[in-house]
Amino acid sequence: MSINETEELILNMGPQHPSMHGLFRMVIHLEGETVTKIVPKIGYLHRGMEKLAESRTYAQFIPYTDRLDYLASPHNNWAYVQTVEKLMGVVVPERAEYLRVIFGELARIASHQVCIASTALDMAGWSAWSYAFRDRERICDMYEMTAGSRLTVNIMRIGGISAEPPAEFWPALQSFLDDTPEMLEEYYGIFFGNEIAQGRLKNVGILSKELAENLSITGPVLRASGVNYDVRKAEPYSIYDRFDFNVPVRNGCDSYDRTIIRMDEIVESIKIIKQALRDIPEGPIMAKVPKVIKPPVGEVYHRVENPKGELGFYIVSDGTTKPARVRIRPATFINLQMLPIVALGWKIQDVVAIFATLDAVLGEVDK
Amino acid sequence: MDALYNLFNVLNNVFVNIAIAIRSLFADPHSVWANLTMDVINFIIVVIIVVLAALILILLERKIAGWTSQRTGPNRLGPRGWFQTIADALKLMGKEDITPAGADKFIFKIAPMIIFSLPMMTLAVIPYGKGMAPLDLDLGIFYFVAISSISTLAFIMAGWGSNNKYSLLGAMRAVAQMVSYEIPLLFSLLGVVMITQSFNLGVIVEAQAGLPFIVLQPLAFGIFLIAGLAELNRAPFDLVEADQEVVAGPFTEYTGLRWGLFFLGEYGNMTALAALGATVFLGGWQGPIFLPGFVWFFMKTGVIIFFMMWVRWTFPRIRIDHLMHLAWKVLLPLSILNILLTGLGIYIYRLVMGG
Repeated sequence: MSINETEELILNMGPQHPSMHGLFRMVIHLEGETVTKIVPKIGYLHRGMEKLAESRTYAQFIPYTDRLDYLASPHNNWAYVQTVEKLMGVVVPERAEYLRVIFGELARIASHQVCIASTALDMAGWSAWSYAFRDRERICDMYEMTAGSRLTVNIMRIGGISAEPPAEFWPALQSFLDDTPEMLEEYYGIFFGNEIAQGRLKNVGILSKELAENLSITGPVLRASGVNYDVRKAEPYSIYDRFDFNVPVRNGCDSYDRTIIRMDEIVESIKIIKQALRDIPEGPIMAKVPKVIKPPVGEVYHRVENPKGELGFYIVSDGTTKPARVRIRPATFINLQMLPIVALGWKIQDVVAIFATLDAVLGEVDK
Repeated sequence: MDALYNLFNVLNNVFVNIAIAIRSLFADPHSVWANLTMDVINFIIVVIIVVLAALILILLERKIAGWTSQRTGPNRLGPRGWFQTIADALKLMGKEDITPAGADKFIFKIAPMIIFSLPMMTLAVIPYGKGMAPLDLDLGIFYFVAISSISTLAFIMAGWGSNNKYSLLGAMRAVAQMVSYEIPLLFSLLGVVMITQSFNLGVIVEAQAGLPFIVLQPLAFGIFLIAGLAELNRAPFDLVEADQEVVAGPFTEYTGLRWGLFFLGEYGNMTALAALGATVFLGGWQGPIFLPGFVWFFMKTGVIIFFMMWVRWTFPRIRIDHLMHLAWKVLLPLSILNILLTGLGIYIYRLVMGG
């Protein structure tokens, strides 16, 4: 090679890299600092969840679903147990449904707080990171009061919910709801309102509406591209048709909207929890379910709106105590497909920003 | 009252009097040997300042980081965690010293030494008090800026010598950034030089007896702070060692005490730049008479250092094209405008006062 020739720099980013969430690796081809090609490499956290399910009973698989999207574990439990309930035709008691909604929306808030925090951290906004994590702690405390664990909560059961929240749960929840507007103001003040942060995020990584639809992207990433689609509205599951809430939609299609739309969603989640608190009835929290769960022969698909997008479970039952086949449709695995397309032509810095706004959790991507 | 005034005078001149006492040990107080002895003593004092500053500042940075992000910071070792840096330094000394297989060994090893030597050279021209400049250079500011720009070279040596792609990217960023920001940094200092007609830092401090130059040159002080942050590679301009993008930039492959030297150099450079800002814009050792001059000087330096840390832990990192935009399209025109305005001001002042 003569001295006048140039060569592409091939950079291996991850799986051990400070800004890679979980064990994600991307091979970046660089021209100077400009990205000419990205090849995402996944599978470093592959545990064979779908295969594991085939050798577990239906109830035994619930804790495994916690380890999919571990930042919003109640949602994974919820999607799985609802799929089994749909297969068996179990009717869940009212109070359990309301508790499920409360915990689901709390998990959504916690997950979005982590997304805001990690996006800020990827821009080196250290203080913003600890602000959001400070507030997420309170949700973890509420998990702990009820279910005993803080991250992999394992709170849902087939036919209901594992435990009645203790007496101290309700004041903690109420004070959390009261403090949320101030929290959001703080996040805005320390991160989103900052001109440097806006410069880093605005008009970076444009995901057009057409591309988003063609890649079957779901969740906040899709709604930030101007598509009004939310499973809670499009195909209301559980008791979501009883609540009055909006689906936030933004038309910026850029990294800024993909991140800040999560602030809007926190506001809507607060609305839902407040309505659920108002309407929650007394009663049992578990339906009458047989000790040994043996769904009839058949297959079923069920989907819920996870904080990251649409989470679906497809279960085939052969009439035994163990599922014949479980297929998981993870939201971030499909959302991640936009990265090699959208990040082309941007600098390394911007690739980090775009990746952060996807809020990828590798437990869910790799399964 | 007289007793108080005497006490103040003794305190104010304590180091100058010690220097005179040492010199008087020689038969001729201004012989070559006396000068050489004083130079060695001054050198040792500057090294002590650099190391002490790094020890204190690393802890202070972690405390301020804790304060801005609502946690306590180090609080285990010693009273309120004040011995944490010492423990960290000891830990660094115990680490294995690794040189990567493909590295350019000579360049790799010499880069941290260069970066550590720079703050000692720059801190030598700062007047710490009345008559307390270790090296009273007539071209003080010029020397300071010239020496501190050598750190670009050390960064690219570290980046190239490590044979690591992240290091190379970081070094490329370092060159682009530091070369760009040196120009507004130097230009922001020129206004003061025009007013005082001198590059000598001692003369500049003397000229601020009435009011510090921050009053006359507020724009220049702002440019100095921003360009200084960029020159030091501190957030929000820490693209060189941006760990979310290039891991640790040029320092990725360094371990143990070599990495520690980079760290010491970084904090030493920070002290030096803050000291320059305190000298040129905040009046150096000048201040109300109830405190000795060197105390005033270190307090003013501390205020600038605190500002730098506060900014670092609050602001996100700037985008690389915005960085260049800020240097060439905003700071450079503003600093030239500042020079123009200063020239006009001096001209009008002379017309009115008939100087």
